[in-house]
Amino acid sequence: MTTAQDHMQVTVWRGGADEAGFYQAFQVPKYDSQTVLDVVAWIQQNADPTLSYRFACRVGMCGSCGMMVNGVPRWTCRTHVDRVMDRGGLKIAPLRNLPVIKDLATNMDPFFDKWTQAGGLHHGTATRHDPFEPVTHSSPGRADADAGIECINCAVCYAACDTVTGDPDYLGPAALNRAWTLVNDAKDGSRDAILDAVTGSGGCQSCHSMGSCAQYCPNELNPMASIAGLKRTAMKRAFRGR
Amino acid sequence: MEFRLYLLQRITALIMAPLVICHIAVMIYAIQGGLSAGEILGRTQGSVPWAMFYGTFVVAVSVHAALGLRIIVREWVGLDGIVLTGFSWATFWGLLSMGGYAVAAVVVGP
Repeated sequence: MTTAQDHMQVTVWRGGADEAGFYQAFQVPKYDSQTVLDVVAWIQQNADPTLSYRFACRVGMCGSCGMMVNGVPRWTCRTHVDRVMDRGGLKIAPLRNLPVIKDLATNMDPFFDKWTQAGGLHHGTATRHDPFEPVTHSSPGRADADAGIECINCAVCYAACDTVTGDPDYLGPAALNRAWTLVNDAKDGSRDAILDAVTGSGGCQSCHSMGSCAQYCPNELNPMASIAGLKRTAMKRAFRGR
Repeated sequence: MEFRLYLLQRITALIMAPLVICHIAVMIYAIQGGLSAGEILGRTQGSVPWAMFYGTFVVAVSVHAALGLRIIVREWVGLDGIVLTGFSWATFWGLLSMGGYAVAAVVVGP
């Protein structure tokens, strides 16, 4: 059984969409194996029930609990306090690059809208009466798709990306990573439509390969490599006159 | 359009790279025996190959830099639309005219 050892200083962003925000300080008891989400939950349950935040699965699958922790985007349910504490404290804020709804909860609509804009929908070619599409797991295309397919839509990469900050039209690492998995999916029937979508304004060419997405992705994916793949594929297509 | 501009910037980078290497290599080679500026100009002035060499470089630089600065001012300054297009063209023509003037001085003469 874990016991409270001592306390830590936690400052949490407070404020809504239409008001100036501020950081509020809390003293939170420390426990063994405590996650940042545990800290936020403790504050909401014991110090201030009006604190708003978002979570669901608590096991790193749903992608709901992304927050800025000491200036770095993290999935808070799988981030241990001991690993990220800075000078004995935590500074927790809503994810960067997304509008704030209230406190630590962001409006993720722009993030998911860009998935759609990037052609990140499955474009089916068969009906339920057709046989299954054979997928060879050793094929290069399938290997590329598999490398990026474990994205949990947590928007950590989107919050980490300085290009998103500088260019609000930029589709962002997650949407482009998703597009790259579909470009390499033998079952997807609109490869050209996806490449059209990712080469428009704010498309893959806007990526400066700074690599924050790959550095902070909690699932250790590499969206930067996926975007490089899109650039190569779109370049070859352009040289063929498309 | 955006992707074609991106391609154009990459292609001009590919053009510039060997020209820069060639420029530096020739420069180091040419001064080994104590060549003066006057003697260098004596070889370059009236030379069509050198005019094409440096002319190509100036065009590539003008395109490459104008497109690169276009991205920077869009992201950092927030320029957009016709202002951004005007800035890009002004950068292109400014670099092209200055570079063209320099090339003319080297290959045409005073």
